[in-house]
Amino acid sequence: MSETLLDERPQANAKPKPQPPIGLLAELTHRCPLRCTYCSNPIELESRSAELDTETWKRVFSQAAELGVIHLHLSGGEPCARKDIVELTRHAAEVGLYTNLITSGVGVKESQLDALLEAGCDHIQLSMQGADEEITVAVAGMKGAFERKQAFAKQVVDRGFPLTLNSVIHRQNIHQVPTMIEKAVEFGAKRIEIAHTQYYGWALKNRAHLMPTKADVDKTIEQVEEARERLKGTLVIDAVFPDYYAKYPKLCNGGWGARTFSVTPSGKVLPCHAAETIEHLEFWSVSDHDLADVWYNGPAFEAYRGTDWMQEPCRSCERKHIDFGGCRCQALALVGDAAATDPACVKSPHHDRIGDLARSESAYVPDPTKVSYRLIGAA
Amino acid sequence: MSDLGDDTVPKLPHGVKFREDKARGGYILVGPERIYNIDGVSVEILKRVDGAASIQRIVADLATVFTAEEAVIRPDVEAFLIDLRDKQMVVL
Ligand SMILES: C[S@@+](CC[C@H](N)C(=O)[O-])C[C@H]1O[C@@H](n2cnc3c(N)ncnc32)[C@H](O)[C@@H]1O
Ligand code: SF4
Ligand code: SF4
Repeated sequence: MSETLLDERPQANAKPKPQPPIGLLAELTHRCPLRCTYCSNPIELESRSAELDTETWKRVFSQAAELGVIHLHLSGGEPCARKDIVELTRHAAEVGLYTNLITSGVGVKESQLDALLEAGCDHIQLSMQGADEEITVAVAGMKGAFERKQAFAKQVVDRGFPLTLNSVIHRQNIHQVPTMIEKAVEFGAKRIEIAHTQYYGWALKNRAHLMPTKADVDKTIEQVEEARERLKGTLVIDAVFPDYYAKYPKLCNGGWGARTFSVTPSGKVLPCHAAETIEHLEFWSVSDHDLADVWYNGPAFEAYRGTDWMQEPCRSCERKHIDFGGCRCQALALVGDAAATDPACVKSPHHDRIGDLARSESAYVPDPTKVSYRLIGAA
Repeated sequence: MSDLGDDTVPKLPHGVKFREDKARGGYILVGPERIYNIDGVSVEILKRVDGAASIQRIVADLATVFTAEEAVIRPDVEAFLIDLRDKQMVVL
C-alpha cells in the first residue's frame, strides 16, 4: 500500500527522456475586472481578439489529457470573464482532467458557480488581496471587492466544495497576514497559500512599492508557524517566502520543462508563465503544433531542461538536481543572462546585489499615487 | 487498532478523484495540488469506494477476490482508509 507524493519528486538526471507533464496552467484570457498592483500577468496584455476560441481550447485540453496532464488550472486574467467557461470546464472534466479554477471571485454570479460545479469543476482557488475592504481596494483597485469575495467564498463552502485562498503578500498587506489566516478559517477554507510576491509582469514594475523589509518577512514566518500549529486539522497553511532574502533559490515549477507548463490566451506554449520575458526563446503555438510535440520537442522547452545548459557555479554544484539553478526569468531580469545562476543563490556572484536591492527598495518610501495599477485588459 | 463500524460508508469528497494514470501507468488519487500513486491492494480498495458500499461489503468482496479471511483483510483496509481520511482524501 505505498503512496508517493509525485508532486515533490524532482527530475533526476541530466537529459533523460522528459517525463510527461503533470500540470497545465491555461490562461484563458488576460481580461480582468481587478487591477492588482502585484499581478504577474505581462505588461503587454494579450487582447480579446487574439484569444483562442472555444474549439481550440477544447482540443488543447484533450491533447493535455492524452499527454498525461493531471491537474488543469483554469486561470488568466479572470477565467470567468470567458463566456464559454462552463463549456470549457465540462470538456476538461469529460476528458478526465482535474480542474482547478483560479479566480478573483468578483463578478462570478451564483448561477454561474452552480453551473461550473455541475459541469465538473473540482476545486476553487480564490485570491485574497487583503483581510478587509480598505486594503483590498488599495491593492486591487475596485470598490466592494472584499465583500464580493467573502460572499463568493461562502457560496463555494455552502455547496460542500473545497476552497483554497491564495494571498499574495507584499508591503501593502504584509501586516495583515494573521488576519488573513483568521479570515480563511472564518470563510471555511480548507487551505490558504501565503505567497510572497514573485516579481514578474506588473509586480516587477511595482517592485519598489511591494518589497517588504526583512524584519517584516521574518515576522510573517513566525506568524505562519504559530498559526500552522494552532490550526492543525482545521486549515492547511502553505507558505512561499521571498527569495530576495534567501540563501538558495527556489526550485521553479519542479524544474524547467519537467512537470508543468502554461498556455497563454493566444495559444503560445510556455515552460513557465513568465517565460516570455526571455525574448530569445522561440515559443510554439497550439495553433501549429500538437501539445505533446511542444512538450517533447519545443525549442523553448529544450533550452533549459535538465542540467546541460548550466554554467558555473551551478554546473559543478551538488544542489543542481535539487533546485536546477533556480529561476531562469529571475536570472535574466536581475543578472541579464537567463542561463546564469539565479542571484537568489549565495553562490551567485550577484547575490549581494539583490539583497542590497531588496533592502534599499523596502526602505524607500514611494509615493502611493505612483503605483501602477494593472490595466483591465485590452479589448 | 481503530474501529470503523460495519456500516461505515467511505466515499471520496468533492475535489478528490481516483483514476487510472494511462500516461505513467498505475492508478492515482488526485486532490487539490496533490497526487498520490496507488498500487496493489489499495487499488482494489479504492475501486470499491463508490459512496454506496459499506466497509463490511468492501471487505467481504475483497476476501472473495483474494481468497483470504475477512478478519485478516479488515485491519489493513481500515488503516488505509483512516490514513486517507487524515489526509482529507476520503470521508468516513
Ligand atoms: C494571475 S492570477 C489569475 C487568476 C485570478 N485573476 C486571481 O487573481 O485569482 C493567478 C494566481 O497567481 C497569483 N499571483 C498573481 N500575481 C502574483 C505574483 N506576482 N506572485 C505570486 N503570485 C501571484 C494570484 O493570486 C492567483 O492565485
Ligand atoms: S489583476 Fe489580480 S485578479 Fe486580475 S488577474 Fe491579476 S492577480 Fe488576478
Ligand atoms: S549554484 Fe546553482 S545549483 Fe547550486 S545551489 Fe546555487 S542555484 Fe542551485
